[in-house]
Amino acid sequence: MSENNLQNHSRRKIISRIMTLLTAACTFFAIGILLLIISYIAVRGVSSLSLQFLIDTPKPVGEGGGIGNAILGSAIMTALAALIGLPLGIGAGIYLAEFGNGWFGKITRFVADTLIGVPSIIIGIFVYTLVVLPMGRQSGLAGGIALALIMIPIVARTTEEMIRLVPNSMREGALALGAPQWRVTMNIVLPAASTGIATGAMLAIARITGETAPLLFTALNSRFYNGYLDQPMASLTVQIFNYATGPFEVEHAMAWAATLILVGLILLINITVRFLTRKKF
Amino acid sequence: MQSKISISNLDFYYGKTQALFDISMEIPERQVVAFIGPSGCGKSTFLRTLNRMNDTIPIARAEGVVKIDGENIYAPGTDVVALRRKVGMVFQKSNPFPKSIFENVAYGIRINGLHKNKADLQERVEKALRDAALLNEVKDRLNSSAFGLSGGQQQRLCIARALAVQPEVILMDEPASALDPIATQKIEELVVELKKQYSIVIVTHNMQQASRVSDKTAFFMLGKLIEFNPTQKMFTNPDERLTEDYITGRFG
Ligand SMILES: Nc1ncnc2c1ncn2[C@@H]1O[C@H](COP(=O)(O)OP(=O)(O)OP(=O)(O)O)[C@@H](O)[C@H]1O
Ligand SMILES: [Mg+2]
Repeated sequence: MSENNLQNHSRRKIISRIMTLLTAACTFFAIGILLLIISYIAVRGVSSLSLQFLIDTPKPVGEGGGIGNAILGSAIMTALAALIGLPLGIGAGIYLAEFGNGWFGKITRFVADTLIGVPSIIIGIFVYTLVVLPMGRQSGLAGGIALALIMIPIVARTTEEMIRLVPNSMREGALALGAPQWRVTMNIVLPAASTGIATGAMLAIARITGETAPLLFTALNSRFYNGYLDQPMASLTVQIFNYATGPFEVEHAMAWAATLILVGLILLINITVRFLTRKKF
Repeated sequence: MQSKISISNLDFYYGKTQALFDISMEIPERQVVAFIGPSGCGKSTFLRTLNRMNDTIPIARAEGVVKIDGENIYAPGTDVVALRRKVGMVFQKSNPFPKSIFENVAYGIRINGLHKNKADLQERVEKALRDAALLNEVKDRLNSSAFGLSGGQQQRLCIARALAVQPEVILMDEPASALDPIATQKIEELVVELKKQYSIVIVTHNMQQASRVSDKTAFFMLGKLIEFNPTQKMFTNPDERLTEDYITGRFG
């Protein structure tokens, strides 16, 4: 009997060992691919990187050129998208979590989930029809709107999930003190969920920073610095697309360098989130 | 003896399931009433009908009359927010807000606009903490997180939070069920102290606790009020056979 027990014990130990090794292998594989991609981008991109490259506008092949206007354009359109998308998305998320148990909430949730699954190029065509055609030209405004439309359902659903994680007992604690429902939501539920909501928002921003397809239809591209929202506007992703599909090797090198910058920016956004949302309480 | 809360013919339903059956009782002013009874008999449900906390459950429905100071709180047009200010609640599981110790207590004062100025706010927070027998333990770290407190301290913080809005009634749902004997004793002493100012209803599974702190005891079973008598009588010479069986531990 005791021998049997011992045997069982060592068997369990071996199985546990194997499972640990298997999951570790999977982790290494996943992280390995990520590191491989990042280091490959870094190796290919770093040679064309210079301050000039970060400031210059695109120039004819052989005369250098850079991605300054593209960085600015991406920043403007992302900011515009965040300005439109975050309040709407977070507001919708609050509604869904706190009041969305009826049929209207169910439909909204279904629509949001469907929108999240819609390929972004379709959002681009939609905004093209709705904004670009009436305005008569592509513009930063149209680009920002397209990106905002991609953000809204993502932000709404993550906000809802985060708010649902706030324990009901906390809401009841505030209600029991004579707090009206809206104050409970504003001063107790939202702060408790803020870290999660901010993380969701930042992930959505990181996601739209990497979008290309919807911008091709809406913002197009531009060879110049330009802050006018009613004009076509450059963006990092579209600029990468142009450089990468060009016929010359220098252009490809610049595409790699721009990619490196884009990945770096997204990484920076993520690190900022981590930093800003460190738990205070 | 004047009664603070007067309940008559209260039925309560979760959807189609009836959880409380025709309950009538008078809860006296400035005394402690204990609710005892087996798990699932409806003590929490009944307690939560007294400040309409059950309104937050969509399928819940109450029928009957609950009068506080002569006013039916289930009458249409009742200001539930004002009602809950008057009838405070301490929950079974302590539920501090994700804020500092100070802000936890200040929250109710702020939303109800009870303070005249900053100094007054400070004073009210400290008084509530003192009344909840917590001030001495936390006075040097009022601005640190409430989650850093021990379980017993968190529960007393929740009591302080409830006291800070100056309610007239305090409902306590097994406030000491998760606490060690020392923290429990502190809360019991507190309850006895608080009844000088407040009417208190306390749910408990602990017979000794009921007999130590309460003036009257109500025994519930399967959603019905079986017996409601002075605590002394309940524990020595109850009217009902069921009460005696339960108190002496013949069933659980
Ligand atoms: N939200 C709810 N929805 C449906 N039924 C509920 C709900 N809350 C409680 N009940 C049911 O109502 C009855 C009374 O529950 P209640 O929580 O009031 O009992 P209790 O006496 O407080 O029990 P305990 O001593 O275990 O806390 C139980 O049968 C329970 O299953
Ligand atoms: Mg209970």
